[in-house]
Amino acid sequence: VSRTSTLGLARAAVIFGGLLAFPFLFPQPWLVNMAFFVLMYAALAQAWNVLGGYSGYVSLGHAAFFGLGAYAEAILFSHIDIGSPGYLPFLVLPAIGVGVALMSVPIAWVALRTRALTFAIVTLTLLFVVQTLAFNLRWLTNGSQGLSVPSPSFFPYERPYYLCVLGIFALATLVSWQVRRDKLGLVLLAIRDDEDKALGLGAHVSVAKVTAFGISVGLTAMVGGVWAYYLGFIYPQFAIDPLVTIGTVLAVFLGGSGTVWGPALGAFILVPTQQWLAYEYGTSQVYLIAYAAVFLIIIILLPQGILPSIQEARRRRRGGGTGRAERVPAAAAVRTPST
Amino acid sequence: MHLVVQAVIFGILVGGVYALMASGVTLVFGIMRVINVAQGAMVILGAYLSYSLFTRLGIDPFVSILLIGPVMFALGVGIHRVFIRSLRPGSAEEMSLLVTWATALAIEGVLSMVYTTNYRSTIPSYAQKSWTLAGYHVPVVRVLAFVLSVVILAGMYVLLQRTRFGRSVRAIVQNPTSAKLLGVNADTVAGLGFGLGISTAAAAGAVYGVVYPFNPGSHYDLISRLLSIVVLGGLGSLTGAVVAAMLLGVTESIVAVTIAPIWAPFVFFIVLIAILLFRPQGLFGVRERGAL
Repeated sequence: VSRTSTLGLARAAVIFGGLLAFPFLFPQPWLVNMAFFVLMYAALAQAWNVLGGYSGYVSLGHAAFFGLGAYAEAILFSHIDIGSPGYLPFLVLPAIGVGVALMSVPIAWVALRTRALTFAIVTLTLLFVVQTLAFNLRWLTNGSQGLSVPSPSFFPYERPYYLCVLGIFALATLVSWQVRRDKLGLVLLAIRDDEDKALGLGAHVSVAKVTAFGISVGLTAMVGGVWAYYLGFIYPQFAIDPLVTIGTVLAVFLGGSGTVWGPALGAFILVPTQQWLAYEYGTSQVYLIAYAAVFLIIIILLPQGILPSIQEARRRRRGGGTGRAERVPAAAAVRTPST
Repeated sequence: MHLVVQAVIFGILVGGVYALMASGVTLVFGIMRVINVAQGAMVILGAYLSYSLFTRLGIDPFVSILLIGPVMFALGVGIHRVFIRSLRPGSAEEMSLLVTWATALAIEGVLSMVYTTNYRSTIPSYAQKSWTLAGYHVPVVRVLAFVLSVVILAGMYVLLQRTRFGRSVRAIVQNPTSAKLLGVNADTVAGLGFGLGISTAAAAGAVYGVVYPFNPGSHYDLISRLLSIVVLGGLGSLTGAVVAAMLLGVTESIVAVTIAPIWAPFVFFIVLIAILLFRPQGLFGVRERGAL
């Protein structure tokens, strides 16, 4: 075990230890409720990063899989009992994650036949397709009337949900870290830099992309499941909401796309800000404008995100190198016929 | 059968308006390889501006295009100058997607604050009039919308084929590096192109507001349609966008009457999947430029 990974483990232990202790130290329901949404977006951002951050394939449709997880949970527990006091809906989440991941394979296979920009378009369309399905398949989803999930008898009510979403966040972080160290991560980064070259060097790019997609959407679906259980009532337009994707992607780019901790950091900054804006300005659409403003600020001032910018500044202060090598400009890369 | 023919007529008429909206997306993509996800929001913005001009000043929505077209053109040039031009070359494509999406959100947010989220419609005196042709029902506004779209598209075609600006645009689409070496000012052309793309959205928006009720969130319905159209037609191809818009407009309309209106949006997705399976570059797309 090298020094850096010991440091990394210590860092992870402190962060997760702190998060675990949080609802016990600060049991006020409104705080735990807010922390739930922070961790929810942190988990979503980590999951998104596995595909979007490492491979550069920007998915605008992750909310579709969030919605699938939410509906899977809601449909399941409108038929079977949640037990007492109601831990069963948490226990089925891994099964929902694996199920959605497997289901996504054919979708991923088709969608990933395209390169980055078209992929973004396809996933965006997918989001609206799943939303249309949720509205139209009334026998299954109850259409625009929505579905309710029975509420359990937890006391304090928020804590089990918080701990569950914390678990998913930890899992997503662990998976993201493992992928980054693994050969899979190397292939994904190679795809981001130059897919044609990676393919030419014999990397199994299709397998890597589909695997990353499956992992990413499976984790996303698990988050959707716990969200549905927490809210107790879901509607198509909120379960499959472009704003969920936007919040996730924004958190990733704010913190630093393609890094292990950046996406989570982004969520920890973004979500409290958004909640504060919603509190301060009521239900009006100010936060839409605020989202847009944050987006534009990042793009212009911090195009790499917070974490990579800090690392680069630190490295520069130590003297020596000019920091991380810039990514190869796409325009300079040789354009070869696509597969 | 009568219903299907009626649906085809409606489909062609609406397809013309889709073509106008999509032409802006595909033009912008061709010039600077930027997918303008905000095009739908721009259409809705155009619809609201035209709505305001009509309700406050009584200006006919078709005439209002003369006013909002230039305003939105300037807006487009401004957005390009401030945001799109400052993207770093290495990540410009994916970041441009996010910038335009952020723009769409900002527009949605501003519109919801100014106009609330209630549905609106621009209703001029002739809104309900229609002709009957050989037993088929042909609404006047839809015909006007179609004619207007065709006129603007024809104007764009002439602009691209016959003017100096058009030649610069085509040069950049074909080979940006050579075009720059030959003295084409790529930044200026890109800025004007972006403005032009947005002003097609303004024109289409004024028309959209007369034909359909809209609210600030309506751009979500539009954007997945527009993006499917440009992918089907082949990104960057104007002809492709027009053909694809007609095709999808008609198919959507037929599905709406033969199956059910709620399944009509599905047509776009099924066509998109089929295209990706069999011809990822789209109907009129060129494969060599690759990297899609």
